[in-house]
Amino acid sequence: MMRFLRQSLAVAAKDLRAELRTKEALNSSVAFALVILLLFSFAFEPTEDQTRQIAGGLLWLAFAFAGALILNRSFARELANDCLDALVAAPLSGAALFLGKALANFVLLLAVELIALPVFGVFYGVNWTRQLGPLMLVVVLGTWGMTVVGTLFSALTVNLRMRELMLPMLVYPVMVPALLAAIQLTSPLVMGQPLDGELMVWLRLLAAFDIIFTALTLALVETVLVR
Amino acid sequence: MRERILILLAGIAAGLLAHNLFIILLQLPDERLQGAVFRVIFFHVPDAWTAFLLFFAAMVASILYLATGNLRYDAFAVASTEVGLAFALANLVTGMIWGANIWGTPWTWDARLTSMLIGCLLYAGYLMLRHAVEDPTERAKNAAVLSIIAFADVPIIFFSIRWWRRMLHPEPVVWGGGFMSPDYWRMLFLNWAPLLLLAAVLLAIRMRQEEQQRELEALRRRAHAL
Repeated sequence: MMRFLRQSLAVAAKDLRAELRTKEALNSSVAFALVILLLFSFAFEPTEDQTRQIAGGLLWLAFAFAGALILNRSFARELANDCLDALVAAPLSGAALFLGKALANFVLLLAVELIALPVFGVFYGVNWTRQLGPLMLVVVLGTWGMTVVGTLFSALTVNLRMRELMLPMLVYPVMVPALLAAIQLTSPLVMGQPLDGELMVWLRLLAAFDIIFTALTLALVETVLVR
Repeated sequence: MRERILILLAGIAAGLLAHNLFIILLQLPDERLQGAVFRVIFFHVPDAWTAFLLFFAAMVASILYLATGNLRYDAFAVASTEVGLAFALANLVTGMIWGANIWGTPWTWDARLTSMLIGCLLYAGYLMLRHAVEDPTERAKNAAVLSIIAFADVPIIFFSIRWWRRMLHPEPVVWGGGFMSPDYWRMLFLNWAPLLLLAAVLLAIRMRQEEQQRELEALRRRAHAL
């Protein structure tokens, strides 16, 4: 178990180091998220009333689009020089490799989100830190749900011709429950409403999605990677 | 021999359908509140049952493929998914015809409609993924993984959308507390029979197509090798 975790962390550290040196996925992803936040301001009147209703949807759609860029790169990065074959042949289980990659994607996407959130606050005039703790919990759970499913699909689509198109096509419908729950939770939290009552149902759904898909992807990933 | 059996089964399905249509259109009375358009239910509901059955079968075949590596299971999975998708779309279309008459709009973002649409998108993605992969074993493996994930996701999607949207859709007739007269009930099951038969025939034809295609590809590769 300890060995498994150490191997995963080694893969995650490798991915993060490679990404921090080139910053190719990170830069494009941040820029993309900001462009989407900008475009949304044309789609509706950014008054407080309207923002209150759609803040969650706006943020999570921006996160989901930005996430697709990061996820696309996750396994595609290993194609050059046959790195993927070397990683699969390395003495670590497919699940450890997958978990490491998922962790790296999680950290990267979380970084993008933490940059996008203050920008959202400024653009739309929202004091979003009033429920900071619960909001961060939702962001972490939602991002993990997105990255754990997305990383598996990144591995599934890595050899396809239209990879950039296929990944979001396949992964967004699968993510629906996580996105929906995160959106339903984020809108009120950003507006300073406490986390209780009906919102707990969504939090439980989000946690359940994370648990189910972490288990399912870890179980299936061995067959995906070993060719 | 196999050909004959398929033709015979298709013939039985056609005969049953003609018989059922005669009863549905000419003998059953109009429903008291909804009038003539109510009859769509005799196709709408069995279509949904058939689609779910086929998606379930596709998931089982996918698990069996991953366990055994036998490509016959993969052929069954793709045939089952394709036919299931056709029935799911028939379910959506018949539902929209009914909705246009009763609700005054063919589409609302109600829980069942939204869930079914997402399900259709998931399985359309499955078919797209298959088209994008050249190698038969890799195609089968990736598709099987997607099929398992899709089927695991369907109930979660259904319950999440249900919390999101108040139900506008009538309560389902099974396990839903909806009420229907026994005559209608009987007709519902009577009409499920030919649709199931039709699904089985389509499935067998599609599965054979898939296997022949794979054989053709293998022969072509051998010819290239020579």
